[in-house]
Amino acid sequence: MSASLEKGINVLKEQVDSTVAAFFSSCVHCGMCTDACLFYTETGDPSKTPILKAEPLRRIWKSEYTLSGRIAKLFGLGKKVDEKLLTDWETLVYDSCTLCGRCSMVCPVGNDITLLIRKTREGMAAAGHAPEGLIAATKRSVTIGSPMGVKLPALQAQIRHVEKDTGLTIPVDVEGADYMLLLSSMEIMHFPEFIGAVAKIFNKAGVTWTLSSEAFEATNSGIQIGVSDIAAELVQRTVDAAEKLKVKTVISPECGHAYMAIRWDGPNLVGKSFNFKVRHILEVLDELRQQGRLKTSSMDTQKLTYHDPCQISRRGGVINEPRNLIGMFAENFVEMSDRGKMNWCCGAGGGVSSNERADEIRLKVFQRKKDQLDEIKPDAIISACSNCRLHLEEGLEEYGMDIPLLSLTEILAEHLED
Amino acid sequence: MTDIPEGKDETLGDVLRQRGISRRSFLKFCATTASMMALPPSMIPTIAHALERAKKPSVIWLSFQECTGCTESLTRAHSVTIENLIFDSISLDYHHTLQAASGHAAEEARMAAMEENYGKYLLVVDGSIPLGNPGYSTIAGISNYDMLMETAKGAAAIISVGTCAAYGGIPHAKPNPTGAVSVGEIIKDKPIINVPGCPPIPVVITGVLTHFLTFGTIPELDHIGRPKVFYGQSIHDRCYRRTFYDKGQFAETFDDEGARKGWCLYKLGCKGPTTYNACATTKWNNGTSFPIESGHPCLGCSEPEFWDGGGFYKALSMPTEDISKTVIYTAAGAVAAGVAIGAIQKGRKNSAVASHSKTTIDDLEK
Amino acid sequence: MNEIDFLNWVRGPGFQIAVIIFVAGIIIRLVEILMLGRKPNLAEAKGSAMRSGLRTIFSRSIPEKSTFKRSTFVIVTGFIFHIGLLITIFFFTPHILLFKDVSGLSWPALPTPIVDAVTVVTIIALFLVLAHRMSNTVLRFLTNYEDILVWLVTILPLITGYFAFHRVGATAPTLLALHILSVELLLVLFPFTKLMHAFTIVLARWYNGAISGYRGVQS
Repeated sequence: MSASLEKGINVLKEQVDSTVAAFFSSCVHCGMCTDACLFYTETGDPSKTPILKAEPLRRIWKSEYTLSGRIAKLFGLGKKVDEKLLTDWETLVYDSCTLCGRCSMVCPVGNDITLLIRKTREGMAAAGHAPEGLIAATKRSVTIGSPMGVKLPALQAQIRHVEKDTGLTIPVDVEGADYMLLLSSMEIMHFPEFIGAVAKIFNKAGVTWTLSSEAFEATNSGIQIGVSDIAAELVQRTVDAAEKLKVKTVISPECGHAYMAIRWDGPNLVGKSFNFKVRHILEVLDELRQQGRLKTSSMDTQKLTYHDPCQISRRGGVINEPRNLIGMFAENFVEMSDRGKMNWCCGAGGGVSSNERADEIRLKVFQRKKDQLDEIKPDAIISACSNCRLHLEEGLEEYGMDIPLLSLTEILAEHLED
Repeated sequence: MTDIPEGKDETLGDVLRQRGISRRSFLKFCATTASMMALPPSMIPTIAHALERAKKPSVIWLSFQECTGCTESLTRAHSVTIENLIFDSISLDYHHTLQAASGHAAEEARMAAMEENYGKYLLVVDGSIPLGNPGYSTIAGISNYDMLMETAKGAAAIISVGTCAAYGGIPHAKPNPTGAVSVGEIIKDKPIINVPGCPPIPVVITGVLTHFLTFGTIPELDHIGRPKVFYGQSIHDRCYRRTFYDKGQFAETFDDEGARKGWCLYKLGCKGPTTYNACATTKWNNGTSFPIESGHPCLGCSEPEFWDGGGFYKALSMPTEDISKTVIYTAAGAVAAGVAIGAIQKGRKNSAVASHSKTTIDDLEK
Repeated sequence: MNEIDFLNWVRGPGFQIAVIIFVAGIIIRLVEILMLGRKPNLAEAKGSAMRSGLRTIFSRSIPEKSTFKRSTFVIVTGFIFHIGLLITIFFFTPHILLFKDVSGLSWPALPTPIVDAVTVVTIIALFLVLAHRMSNTVLRFLTNYEDILVWLVTILPLITGYFAFHRVGATAPTLLALHILSVELLLVLFPFTKLMHAFTIVLARWYNGAISGYRGVQS
């Protein structure tokens, strides 16, 4: 069955639960979410108002799940969800929202607006209104196993390079290891140093770990495009691999939405609790730090700052861990004005970076990050999400700034005691 | 009344002189009346002149569904006052309670007065008229309605004395078993002056009579037919306890500290804020006091429907119905209705989930 | 119908009708929201959903610093008129008498002159809110008829109440009756408009705090 309006509407109906109903019932049109959204602050376009992006879902809630809306519908009144609405909303829902969650932190009545937009995407995708770029990435994820089309031989080639560079063995398919590390395609293709860094740290800390040849991909395009069926299928691959290798913990790498997908959405997508734990790499490293298994020997004198990836900090709960770790080696650490759970998004999360149509706007809204950086003028920026890193690099170049981007795991590995 | 000399041509001045009223006290009365009716002092000689020369007007007083409280109010004066004399000096040709004649003689007196003074006599009514069932109140076998219609025909003006005649009063209170109505609801073609109150203040009645005698016209009336000079201000606005209301100092009970200190009686149900009458200025019992002064909240007796305001001791801001019961019953019903509606909506969602068709990568495009 | 009839009606059957619609409407709406239900979260928790949910119900009233800087006007006027409504509705002696009559509960009132002053401030704040709504690009874009209607039925009781207390413009019973009528209008529209946020805000904040708190973030 191909995508259709009816299918989209049915999916939207499935999305409504008590949280959705409570949120829509509470909106007072105060406009404060607008001020919290970089797609508004950097464009001044009121149509980018976060709560309005969930309008298709709101209409379904109103007409299907409220007595007054139901009565209005009987009389042929009330606003309908039609092709035109979905067409008009496509760019708002996919190109002008990174699901960063900042609006959800600001809304005075407590609406988790991001959740509403995320749910709206489910209906949009089922109705055939997802952007081409995301559809293509999703297809590659399902058929090839990676949104960027990375196949196992490519990973194996990178592993060989890393092993050569570090002199360490990268374990693959080791049954009974404590940890199973997932990787994002971006790490494999652009930042293979990450693999080496993890190997170095785990080696020092005496941690048993492995990669899986069957499920090494951490990213989940199903989450970004908003198709839970596909997202569940992708999560299931990881679950199967983790169960097969009998690992205690699956580690999500430096990728924002990957962490959201496997840590918070995963069990709910596949419909059962995992029999293994899921941790972000920073959580694992911080735990090792606490256990005294991680020691740094050299300090970094550069002026460093940390960019919180939205899905890892605000939406993921990993806020203190990176700061604890940075404290191990940074002498001159400065925070940005809005940080942690109030951090500003880089502008490319939530599938925006896979959507070529949004290239222009994502670079425009990068201005917000630029302004934040201009305030503190750091020598280098640390982050923990490859997508953030790539986009920050591109943005900085676009705005003529020269600030290097660092991976927290990688820089930590560099400062590790020999 | 009995010792007033007969003779229709006597003027009011004659009567007063016969009763030994000095010119000085007569002028004082005129001055008081002028100030009460908010007339300039220059009007005092006019009033005096007019009153002195006023011919005793014929007055017919009809009592319908009433308690005689209004008549009591008028006649209960402790000492002889000019107000009484003014009242005495009218030719009260028919009044159940006060006239000596009874039975057919009384009715004949009414008919004679009507005939003799056709178009000139004053009709005073106290009590309401039962329209639902005329049998509730008849006089000499005549229904109140018929008697009113018959008597009103030749009247120069009608004074509805008391809240019953003016607005239906207590007989009109819910559920109004007699179908009581006011005079004004029946008579539409005569000037009617409402002098409400339960009972009305005596000087207000005489004041209205004085005005009629002095100017031959009826005084300026408010939107519900009351003379503005007496009913132009609310009890609340002229209440000596008003400052306590403004400051938020209230008696909570009839014998607490606040009550002893003379604080505002709002919480005890005072209807002063919505009641227009002259009690707070003219007072009662020859200027002794008025209810609030003796520590009791105003009942609002000079307003229509004062009996249906939810109780005399219910504050004005309180609902007149039992709202807590309403809330409990409504809540119980609403929970049941809500669960039913919620179940339907949950069912709608479940069927959406049931009709879900799995989306695969081949379903992403149309 | 004379003015006392009118007053007795709004104090009697009118108020009763309004309360029935208000109570029934609110309960039905809350039940219909809650009955939609939520799936249990199968992910391993990092923090307490309940503690965070409860905290957010209150903490969301205090805006975070950078938010305050960006939305200062909305927040300041919003605070003023909400606190003003709270004071005028719940701390004016005649109103407390009403609540006591309905619920049996009573509490101390604020001095009348203070409530009077707060009323003026609240009315001014609401006019500023409207002016801002009309002049701000985003708010004008967001505003629909319901927003204006809700603004109107919110300010009407304040204005009619102010006139009723100061007894200007009409006879006292009419002023009081209009004030009560305006409140009834508010009560009747309450369950069907965004005024519902007064109740659903507890749910919304709870859910927000719980969703976030489960992941270890205090929202």
